[in-house]
Amino acid sequence: MSPRDSATSKENKNNSGLNNASSVTLRDVSKSYGEEWLSDDVLKDVSIDFPAGELTVIVGPSGCGKSTLVNIMAGFEQPDKGQVLVDGEVIHGPAKDRMVVFQETALIPWQTTFENVIFGPKMRGEKSGKALKDEAEALLVKVGLGEFIHKYPIQLSGGMQRRAELARALINEPTVMIMDEPFRGLDAMSRSLMQEFFLDLFEENKKTNIFVTSEVDEAIFLADNLVVLSNKPTSVQKVLKIKLPRPRDYKMLTSTEAFEYKREALELLHDEAMKSFAVLK
Amino acid sequence: MANTKKTVLASLLGETTLVRGISSILIFLVIWQIGALCDDWFGVDILGIGLVPPPTDVFIAFLDVIPKVGYWQSWVASFSRVLTGFIVAMIIGIPFGLLLAVNRYFRGVFFPPFEILRPIPPLAWVPASLIFWPTNEMSIAFVTFLGAFFTIVINVLGGARAINISYLRAAQSMGASQFDLFWKIILPGTLPSIFTGAAVGMGITWEVVLAAEMISGGGTQGGGGLGFFIWSSYMGGSLEQIVVGMISIGIAGYLSSSAIRKIGYLLMPWKRLF
Repeated sequence: MSPRDSATSKENKNNSGLNNASSVTLRDVSKSYGEEWLSDDVLKDVSIDFPAGELTVIVGPSGCGKSTLVNIMAGFEQPDKGQVLVDGEVIHGPAKDRMVVFQETALIPWQTTFENVIFGPKMRGEKSGKALKDEAEALLVKVGLGEFIHKYPIQLSGGMQRRAELARALINEPTVMIMDEPFRGLDAMSRSLMQEFFLDLFEENKKTNIFVTSEVDEAIFLADNLVVLSNKPTSVQKVLKIKLPRPRDYKMLTSTEAFEYKREALELLHDEAMKSFAVLK
Repeated sequence: MANTKKTVLASLLGETTLVRGISSILIFLVIWQIGALCDDWFGVDILGIGLVPPPTDVFIAFLDVIPKVGYWQSWVASFSRVLTGFIVAMIIGIPFGLLLAVNRYFRGVFFPPFEILRPIPPLAWVPASLIFWPTNEMSIAFVTFLGAFFTIVINVLGGARAINISYLRAAQSMGASQFDLFWKIILPGTLPSIFTGAAVGMGITWEVVLAAEMISGGGTQGGGGLGFFIWSSYMGGSLEQIVVGMISIGIAGYLSSSAIRKIGYLLMPWKRLF
């Protein structure tokens, strides 16, 4: 019962404050796997500030430990060293204030879209009956799945599955959304549609969003802050403020400003990629 | 004429698969008939099938046996043995497999002996269980149970361990307790494997029951089951009755696995094709 109690107390605090977004801070987080004599250092002294209500994108070379970072922020894994703070408080394990949208879909296959969406609140016994049903349906309509409420995940396209997953996360009223390469595996067209959809959603609810990707264009299009990671053992190379105006539009990606960001990010990533490439030789 | 009859039948049933199934069985019977009568017609004995009675004779033997109570008692005896062994194997095997999957300590203690016992064929247990169990009936039930048990456990264990960790993590971050994780994620996620294990286990159960009935001698008439029915037909030299017994087993096995498929279909709507 105690984790649930602490979750409620945190929720109360948020309600008494005015926002629905929390700040997240990583403080000197390190993580390695394996035995000491053969350990693989994945994260090394990673410190990042995710300001409340902003969309921070993390880019890094592939295999640099982005998913490990996500797992630690979500509370699925414990760091060897360092802390994760949400609104200044150290986290212990997963909680509903931090919702994760996973790389491949994590919709539960034996539940319909609707059952997936109501899963969290119903399990916690917070909401029930008609109020919950109405809320879930409204959310599903909002993400464009009004006609797919009673379909199973396998009956939805990739893009629909991601949207259903967004709805399932949002109904839990998280203060932080953690997105682990959520649009990977979608075709180019669905991907850009999903990016625009996701941005609209963000610009409307202004939750703290942590978005992990390996696509620089996607990162610049979405981000307020762009965190560029180094190769393994991963640390932060640079944080870029992306000052493109909001609401964003695809045309902005072709502006000189965006090109500047892209050049800088790519240069940083390229150097890192070369390092790991050289190791292979 | 035959052609129009077939299309009428097809449209009546609205299912070409059924028609295909029936015609394939008919073709099989025709080939069997020709093969069995080859000796009479051409004086050529086809190896393996030349001595098999033709389906017409078997059909007559079937008609002969249908009104007899003993034949149906054999059905009941075999079916109840299969069901007893199978149901006990499910009741013990599913929780056992799930425990092996979710609890590291339980797995550490029980998996090694399980893995040593698993490769022993159920029939190798027959002599020992005839000695250890007080009645013939109990030893047959025990061997039958073993036949299904190992398959069910291995399938449940594999299925539960293969559940996508993201489902568990998603549920956890939405506040799931260990209880919720088990009942809402692990158990339904293992259901397809439970049914795979059940289907395979049911097949093995039939194999084992029949063999055990033959070996143990089955006891008195009727109570011997289908295995003993075949065995006594062999002893009595009735080739037709042997084949009747074999076909009966085929039908019994088919009925059992259809029942499992049907239950699986009802319990797992997300697995239905859309």
